[in-house]
Amino acid sequence: MTVTSPPQEPTAPPPVRRPGDRIFSLSAKGAGILILVILAGVTLFLLAESFPALTAPAEEIPGEGGLASYVWPLIFGTLLSAAIALLVATPLAVGIALFITHYAPRRLAQVLGYVVDLLAAIPSIVYGFWGIAWLAPRLVPFYRWLEENLGFIPLFAGPVSPTGRTMLTIGLVLAVMILPIVSAISREVFSQVPTLHTEAALALGATRWEMIKMAVIPYGKSGIIGGAMLGLGRALGETMAVAIILSGSAAGITFALISSANPQTIAANIALQFPESTGIDVNTLIASGLVLFVITLLVNMLARWIVNRRADFSGAN
Amino acid sequence: MAKRIDVSDLDIYYGKFLAVQGVNVSIEPRSITALIGPSGCGKSTFLRSINRMHEVIPGARVEGKVVMDGQDLYAPDTDPVTVRRQIGMVFQRPNPFPTMSIYDNVAAGMRLNAKKMSKAATDELVERSLRGANLWEEVKDRLDRPGSGLSGGQQQRLCIARAIAVEPDVLLMDEPCSALDPISTLAIEDLMTELKERFTIVIVTHNMQQAARVSQQTGFFNLNGVGQPGRLIEFNPTEKIFSNPDEKATEDYISGRFG
Repeated sequence: MTVTSPPQEPTAPPPVRRPGDRIFSLSAKGAGILILVILAGVTLFLLAESFPALTAPAEEIPGEGGLASYVWPLIFGTLLSAAIALLVATPLAVGIALFITHYAPRRLAQVLGYVVDLLAAIPSIVYGFWGIAWLAPRLVPFYRWLEENLGFIPLFAGPVSPTGRTMLTIGLVLAVMILPIVSAISREVFSQVPTLHTEAALALGATRWEMIKMAVIPYGKSGIIGGAMLGLGRALGETMAVAIILSGSAAGITFALISSANPQTIAANIALQFPESTGIDVNTLIASGLVLFVITLLVNMLARWIVNRRADFSGAN
Repeated sequence: MAKRIDVSDLDIYYGKFLAVQGVNVSIEPRSITALIGPSGCGKSTFLRSINRMHEVIPGARVEGKVVMDGQDLYAPDTDPVTVRRQIGMVFQRPNPFPTMSIYDNVAAGMRLNAKKMSKAATDELVERSLRGANLWEEVKDRLDRPGSGLSGGQQQRLCIARAIAVEPDVLLMDEPCSALDPISTLAIEDLMTELKERFTIVIVTHNMQQAARVSQQTGFFNLNGVGQPGRLIEFNPTEKIFSNPDEKATEDYISGRFG
């Protein structure tokens, strides 16, 4: 066969544009852009409104010690209460999720699943009331015991708060509050572990617990971390429950978890102070909000980094 | 090492449904026994009942006897976990643990036995098992990488290495090559022929040439109709099954005239 004419350039037919595709693509793009715009808007607002407080002379800030010394105890209180909540809630939530997915009979598992989801839907103000009216007084004898037996540890140094409205109480209330979201997400990932992997472990002669250690928890690890971070986000930003339980007694930085002198959290402090604030005080509160915003951002980035560090081993490939 | 398995009057149930009925068979040590038959006839179910993996499915149970060198595997005081440590299994789809490195995959079974092993002994075990599975040369430079990064055939050989690392008495293989290309299949078949010197091997396969190539004994499973239990129709030396089977149904299936 001889070539008599130069080969024709293959011309691709113009791609067909269907209106449905275009509408969907545009609206999806719009939604994606919207979330960025909102985030940028919030950031700009926080920056602009806190600018006066950032530049104001120290004696104009409430407490007259400057912005850093005003915000620092609040940051401390926020992180401490959230850390207690996370430490208590995560192991418990993983246990609940494992029980529901791998141990409970199917009927019971369903009921438990509903109950856990229901807990997540309770408004935080209710948790606050429950914490102050029911939990706090009942914790007082326990705190007395802690002081008597473990009082040499600075965490449990006295004097014990007679009302039980302490840092540890709020940590526990926050733990109950974030428990459902962490366990709901853990349950979801645990139930998605492929049978292939669980059977691989069982066929090697793993007991049920060994199978969970070998196949289920490693597979669900990124989900557990993701759930814990969502819970942490809620614990960091929780306003009403904290404001009710820790009202008033802002006491600077202290690790004493069971005394009545407690640091406030950023969110609760804003809620308590905002109605009576004017001028530079408002800007100061907004500046503390900016700090909270940055903290949550950092926490999320940290979580993402933890999850991605061993992405090769995630089981997603 | 390499034990004999005697199955008598085995009925296998899923809840109330009788899936496999009345299996009587003796599986010889140091040989490859192939199980063939149409889909849904109970070959895999039977295979999974040998190492008590069948009962992992809720509601699944077994009646009858499976005896391995005098040890009744379904005796009331027999722990299924112990049975599975003695009888290794390789699945249809390669299933290395995705969250573990190649090294940890191979060592996983040994670590389950809760024996404290020195690093050197574990290294030695991993190398011996990977060599045993003809995979060592391909992965020795990336033992710390995830097993899921290997090709399908390599992953299946990794699963075989994981299974033989605990030195089981019997190795069960449930269509180990059905997800693999012909070259990987050949590699696994060669490997099986080597392994049969040390283990009792039972393989379920849809590939009749494979059964004819590798096995010494062949069992043919079939069922009379939908909803009927599967039965072991014929169990004979492979040569006889493929040249002069006793049963008409076997001949029909092998020559492609089933139904």
